[in-house]
Amino acid sequence: MVVGLVHYLTVAAVLFGLGLLTVMTRKNAVGILLGVELILNAAALNFIAFEHFVVGDIAGQVFTVFIIVLAASEAAIALAIVLTVYRNFRTIMADSMTSLKN
Amino acid sequence: MPPIKTLMFFMLASLALGSAGAVAFSRNIIHSALALLGTFLGVAGLYVTLSADFLAATQVLVYVGGTLTLILFAVMLTARIEDMKVSNPSQAMLPAVALVGVVLLVLGKVAATTAWAVNERATNPSSARLGHAFLGDYLLPFEIGSVVLLAAMIGSVVLARRAVKRDWERE
Repeated sequence: MVVGLVHYLTVAAVLFGLGLLTVMTRKNAVGILLGVELILNAAALNFIAFEHFVVGDIAGQVFTVFIIVLAASEAAIALAIVLTVYRNFRTIMADSMTSLKN
Repeated sequence: MPPIKTLMFFMLASLALGSAGAVAFSRNIIHSALALLGTFLGVAGLYVTLSADFLAATQVLVYVGGTLTLILFAVMLTARIEDMKVSNPSQAMLPAVALVGVVLLVLGKVAATTAWAVNERATNPSSARLGHAFLGDYLLPFEIGSVVLLAAMIGSVVLARRAVKRDWERE
């Protein structure tokens, strides 16, 4: 059997689904961030797969480099926010940050 | 005996997806963060099979060397290590699984029924072409990307620092 485009799309889709599941069910803010990283990796894998199998020029890899750049800056900013939240609330569970509720 | 390329694909895909499953379902945040390592390595291997050699190296350097280290630092700084039993709890698992199932069904249907114009190519190294693209057609986005990185760096330093008050500010 030959590995084709559909196989890579399947892997990326399952990766995306697991990332979505992580984002939706986690309470720990760092856990939610892990899910976002999974989703970004799935999108990047799709870009590379389409570039290799369908388009054939270099644009897909260029977009993936930008995805990696944005994922790195997103992780840095988000973890700084998590540290600040931890300093103020003494917890990073997303369901206990409810200071707007009362 | 399947060809070596097929075998490699299935090994890398199962590494990536198995670790992603651990990220999604582990009840310990440190196990989740470390399982992300397997996902990043598996996806980097898949990049190699798709002739994106530079991106595979970048993936390992940036994600494993940078992002994952940063995440582990954040875990160590925020989780109280002594009450480690359930450091990564989940909620509303059933509706989330249902929703993800629906999304995967739609994605699978689109991927399976669309007639992609696939043409087979040999696996060739592409770093040189990528470099020419970045210093040619994509020069402006490339430079903007470095400005974005600088802004993110300054922003995270400003957010995460502890405010030092001087004497005259305290009064």
